[in-house]
Amino acid sequence: MKNIIKSTLLLVATSLFFIGCGNNGGKEQKKGGALENNVAEKVYVAPGEHDSHYAFISGGYSGNLTVYGLPSGRMFKEIPVFSQFPTSGYGYSEETKPMLNTSHGFIPWGDSHHPDISQTNGEIDGRFIFINENNTPRIAKIDLRTFETTEIIEVPNSAGNHSSSFVTENTEYVVAGTRFSVPVPQRDMPIKEYKGNFQGALSFISVEPEHGHMDIKFQILMPGFNYDLSHPGRGASHGWFFFSTYNTEEASTLLEVNASQNDKDFIAAVNWKKIEEYVNNGGGTMMPAEYAHNVYDEVTHTATSTMKKEVRVVNPSEVPGAVYLLPTPKSPHGCDVDPTGEYIIGNGKLSANLTVHSFTKMLDAIENKKFAGDAYGIPILNFEDVLAGSVEQPGLGPLHTEFDDKGNAYTTFFISSEVVKWKLGTWEVLDRKPTYYSVGHLTIPGGNSRKPQGKYMFAMNKITKDRYLPTGPELEHSAQLYDISGDKMELLLDFPTHGEPHYAAAMEADLIKKRSRKIYKLEENNHPYAAKSDADVKVVRKGNEVHIYMTTIRSHFSPDNIEGIKVGDKVYFHITNLEQDFDVPHGFAVIGQNTSELLIMPGQTKTSVWEPTKVGVWPFYCTDFCSALHQEMQGYIRVSPKDSPIKLSWSLDGE
Amino acid sequence: MKHTHKLLILMFSFVLFSCGNDKKNNQVDYSSKKAPVKKEVQKEKPKEAPAVKKEAMANVDLSNKGIGPVKSLDISGAIDQKLADEGKELFKNKCSACHRTNRKFIGPNPTGVFDRRSPEWVMNMIINPEEMLKKDPIAKALLIEYNGSPMANQNVSEKEARAIVEYFRTLK
Ligand SMILES: [Cu+2]
Repeated sequence: MKNIIKSTLLLVATSLFFIGCGNNGGKEQKKGGALENNVAEKVYVAPGEHDSHYAFISGGYSGNLTVYGLPSGRMFKEIPVFSQFPTSGYGYSEETKPMLNTSHGFIPWGDSHHPDISQTNGEIDGRFIFINENNTPRIAKIDLRTFETTEIIEVPNSAGNHSSSFVTENTEYVVAGTRFSVPVPQRDMPIKEYKGNFQGALSFISVEPEHGHMDIKFQILMPGFNYDLSHPGRGASHGWFFFSTYNTEEASTLLEVNASQNDKDFIAAVNWKKIEEYVNNGGGTMMPAEYAHNVYDEVTHTATSTMKKEVRVVNPSEVPGAVYLLPTPKSPHGCDVDPTGEYIIGNGKLSANLTVHSFTKMLDAIENKKFAGDAYGIPILNFEDVLAGSVEQPGLGPLHTEFDDKGNAYTTFFISSEVVKWKLGTWEVLDRKPTYYSVGHLTIPGGNSRKPQGKYMFAMNKITKDRYLPTGPELEHSAQLYDISGDKMELLLDFPTHGEPHYAAAMEADLIKKRSRKIYKLEENNHPYAAKSDADVKVVRKGNEVHIYMTTIRSHFSPDNIEGIKVGDKVYFHITNLEQDFDVPHGFAVIGQNTSELLIMPGQTKTSVWEPTKVGVWPFYCTDFCSALHQEMQGYIRVSPKDSPIKLSWSLDGE
Repeated sequence: MKHTHKLLILMFSFVLFSCGNDKKNNQVDYSSKKAPVKKEVQKEKPKEAPAVKKEAMANVDLSNKGIGPVKSLDISGAIDQKLADEGKELFKNKCSACHRTNRKFIGPNPTGVFDRRSPEWVMNMIINPEEMLKKDPIAKALLIEYNGSPMANQNVSEKEARAIVEYFRTLK
């Protein structure tokens, strides 16, 4: 998206002009007086009270997902997904390292983009949230009982996994469309032979209904366009998926110019039910591939990584009637479907107008075989035949549209830094409000479902300058919360977000709150190295590996004196937190450790590796303030020379 | 929330430290590696005198039933060995990190506890430690005696606590 900033000097100049306007708007807002007090009340959540909504905001280049409350804008948690996270030891502990395994090896960073909450019957059900990584294509699933990443699947044949991770209305599939087309399968070939030789994989990942386990059901190998964003059909259009494209020119160099040549790009309409049926009847071909499937087991508290060896691919021309191309002006970014499923909105970011396609008209045109031609065997429909209407000149640089529960749409305009409210069906602009500044996506709780909850809308901005106290050249991005329950949008709150708030999903809090987990039950802990009581505490040597089965409870470790470790040993601290009380984790770190600390939840077991390089008596301690005696929560481990005769021993208070 | 909670516990224990009874807590013994186990049971103490200000180790009060769901419990009958065995296993899994049956450890030794405390008090302390530590005079005194180390809430059910009580009856 940042590339857009650079598109032309003219655009930059225009945007500066609009930022100036935005500023004035901000100052006017502050003259509110009595009104301002009223606004403050609308976001005030008194001490000890809970927000009414959860917002899950992607961390972009931080690789994670942050959890906010609405309307307060308070950040509650950062959930690590694609990046190592020292706060909890995610990606550092032995149990979670497999989560970051890929076919390229262990990858400690990835950028997270579009979260989407699981749905049942077109309504958000609050069970799982999915999020895509762009760089090394992966899709993650987070369990909303624990707010932990419990599954990550790599996507082969894909590059820049951007048009994801959106779910169908019964969470049948989460999609992962490639932004960059690449040679499929990957091979050594001249880049200038891109055209006609590169392909774009649209992956449909099935989600097993009970536990949410993911599996790539099929990949559609599309022409070598860039697939930017996507949205599932709803209601009448359930069974279809829509993907916006750019670079239908199939350029491989200087894309800001060369991918903007065509007057129209496409929205690809995919009848996934048709392809699913084809695949269920044995259609498609298994293709050699290599991709990691990583699953975290909440009973063993351990992730495993399995390398998969093949994937089913489908050539769209093999399945007549499954894929069509809808011409859409000028490099559409957002591709959004209204809650009824009738309107498909293409936000042509270089186009003056917003284009709205009609699902009914699309079916009609297909029925009557009114095709304008084809691209690599995929029928292209006529623009006029599928057009429902356009919103004329609503602003500059439309990016993304969401919907309320009253038949209105809200579109962000990146270049003119504003949100525009317009009416579905009449296409008239109803209201516009400035954002501060350069807004990307916006979110309405439930906005991706059949039942949006049209009380709040928040816009996520790329530029923050002068909104908060300065913190050097780098600022956290900003989000802005608007009340959209009335005729006019009302700006309620500015709040900083972490990383790049690329997109967000939000929902009413109650559904998640009542299912939220507070502890892991010790009886259910099946970690192979768990010490579930002091009777299980032991230290075991296996060659140069030493496994310490350790327990922790306020305010001590058991054992807390360990001897007989030698330089060159690989020491595994397997620590079980014996607490069975909400919100009482313990931490663990040992001096000189080159992995991060651990943070162990009540009833959980986690493992940290320490490879001592120096003789001595070294302390370890609890890193999370747990009680008045937290400082005393420590122990010593003695490291002797490699050839030392000292036997392995351990104790707690002489026992 | 977390920090507030923890801070409260910390502040709470500091407050307790500062209002009397603290000469022992601030004492540092460099002489031996382990403090001698103190005799906790003083059977001759009159049962009807709730000596709130006194140190917990001397505080025998069988009339205090504690604060929590258990209002009355009769343990005068014969020991139910099966229940006691269940209690023994529960004690091992949920309590042994801090309690030993042969000595004072991180928390008190439960052997002979019913000479000092009512069974209701013991059950409420197991089930409802947070509130007990805030409001019950004996629990408050014990928190100070045990260096501000709070009894952890181990999510023990009333039924499980009853089994643990039965196990405690077998300890001699
Ligand atoms: Cu601790």
